[in-house]
Amino acid sequence: MKNEFKVIAQIIQNNKRVLDIGCGDGTLMKYLKVNQQNDVRGLEPNKDLVQKCIAKGLSVIEGDAEKELTQFPEKSFDYVVLSQTLQAFLDPKEVLRQLLRIGKQTIVSIPNFGYWKVRLHLLFKGTMPVTKNLPNEWYDTPNLHMCTIQDFVNFCDNNNIKIDKSMCLTNEKISEITNKNRKYKNIFSQLGVFLIQ
Amino acid sequence: MNNEIKNIKKLIINQSLELDCGKIIKDFPLAYETYGNLNKNKSNAILAFHALTGDQFCANINPITKREGWWTTAVGPNKAIDTNKYFVICANVLGGCMGSYGPKEINPETNKLFGTTFPVITIRDMVKAQKYILDHLGIKKLLAVIGGSMGGMQVLQFVSLYPDKSYSAIPIACSASHSAQNIALNELGRQAIMADPNWKKENSTPDKGLAVARMAAHITYLSKKGLQEKFGRKLQDKGSLKFSFDADFQIESYLRYQGATFVDRFDANSYLYITRAMDYFDLEKQFNGNLSLAFKNTKSKFFVISFSSDWLYPTSENKEIVIALNACGANVGFVEINSDKGHDSFLLNVPEFLKTISEFLNSTYNEAKNEK
Repeated sequence: MKNEFKVIAQIIQNNKRVLDIGCGDGTLMKYLKVNQQNDVRGLEPNKDLVQKCIAKGLSVIEGDAEKELTQFPEKSFDYVVLSQTLQAFLDPKEVLRQLLRIGKQTIVSIPNFGYWKVRLHLLFKGTMPVTKNLPNEWYDTPNLHMCTIQDFVNFCDNNNIKIDKSMCLTNEKISEITNKNRKYKNIFSQLGVFLIQ
Repeated sequence: MNNEIKNIKKLIINQSLELDCGKIIKDFPLAYETYGNLNKNKSNAILAFHALTGDQFCANINPITKREGWWTTAVGPNKAIDTNKYFVICANVLGGCMGSYGPKEINPETNKLFGTTFPVITIRDMVKAQKYILDHLGIKKLLAVIGGSMGGMQVLQFVSLYPDKSYSAIPIACSASHSAQNIALNELGRQAIMADPNWKKENSTPDKGLAVARMAAHITYLSKKGLQEKFGRKLQDKGSLKFSFDADFQIESYLRYQGATFVDRFDANSYLYITRAMDYFDLEKQFNGNLSLAFKNTKSKFFVISFSSDWLYPTSENKEIVIALNACGANVGFVEINSDKGHDSFLLNVPEFLKTISEFLNSTYNEAKNEK
């Protein structure tokens, strides 16, 4: 399981209800179900991936988060997880609003556009950055609304969203983001993981 | 044919059942079949509900019609619903014409065929009647209830009536309340039957009317794309148009054949009663307009399945069920299967569909086993 999921799993307490938005093939869901006795549900737009999840015994609904989050009642899950997809929505602000409505707490991870390799790519090559975490060219990227760790923190501040925990990942390393080190982490982290409410 | 029907397996239900219409029935027969073996713990039983024109013979040759079972694509040894592993129960619904209590049976009070004196029945009546079979077999908790179309409605009604009697529930290509379009289509079929001068005439059957009802209904089970690809404008005889009202086109001939063979195996009055039961089905109304209350106490794990080209029970109607289940925090998975075969997809060889049921049942079976 990738490090990002390890960080997310560590944040989630045992025996809680979890909704995984864009759950893919259900790797995180399966881990949470088996190892942490979480009651997990998933929403995934890709039929093949939904069927993979069903085969694993995971309850996953085929659907598009942009349209179908309204069906979940308020605070019906302890955690709602959104892994590296916020930037791909047409209206990330509305999706985030829905996540916060459904979950008592929400875990959002974002690929950090402030990562030094991204910055250098644009600075020296003068073309849109293509990196390990952002592998697509500008014309075929699903990422419509890229942001940096600092952007996301600013967004939360401006929208009265409380950040309970912020973690960052660089290659194999996992560390915590604090007010003091945020400027530094915004340059040297590939990924930010936030627990918000 | 009636003599052969007497020989098929039936359970005489000695209890009295109050129907939704208010009438009480007792000592009534329910014909059923089982496939595979019930294990020692009685934990591998699956109740399969049939659709409008189905019967209890889902996985073997029907001894009356000599036709292959209606769900041989899915049920049988090493199939998606593997009878080497699971014990599958399938009963002919109340109102049916394959041995269960219906309009084709003799009314013991008058010694005449019931015909249209049979009480109007509902999906809920059908489900309550089938529950007696589970009691008879000593099955306390099913592994799954499964069914497509009207079978799916029975699945929903079953979990609503008996929230802890099935480990899982698989409603396929169905709806929680019959739409205006579907009521309209059923009414078209009923009017075709009732317009036949032979309807209600003694010693005759409204074959023409029933055949037209079947032809109309059959179109609704397919998709426009499927029809176009299979038939297009192909002519029956290679020559040119005959400038008559004979079946020039292959599609006409195909539909006529569907109608003609249907009347040999189905009772026109059963068709009236069962379509009526479907029209009356409104699970939402049973719970004062809040469908999620129907599933409030459910402990079943749901897997809702729809088909992309099904316009009779479209994905949107299946999703209404998913939404209601989510609203009450039930355990639900959902997938829309890509298929050009229309509503009938659940009866046909649609590999992706069969694979997904097989895998769901398999994981559910393992989970249920570990829970004990």
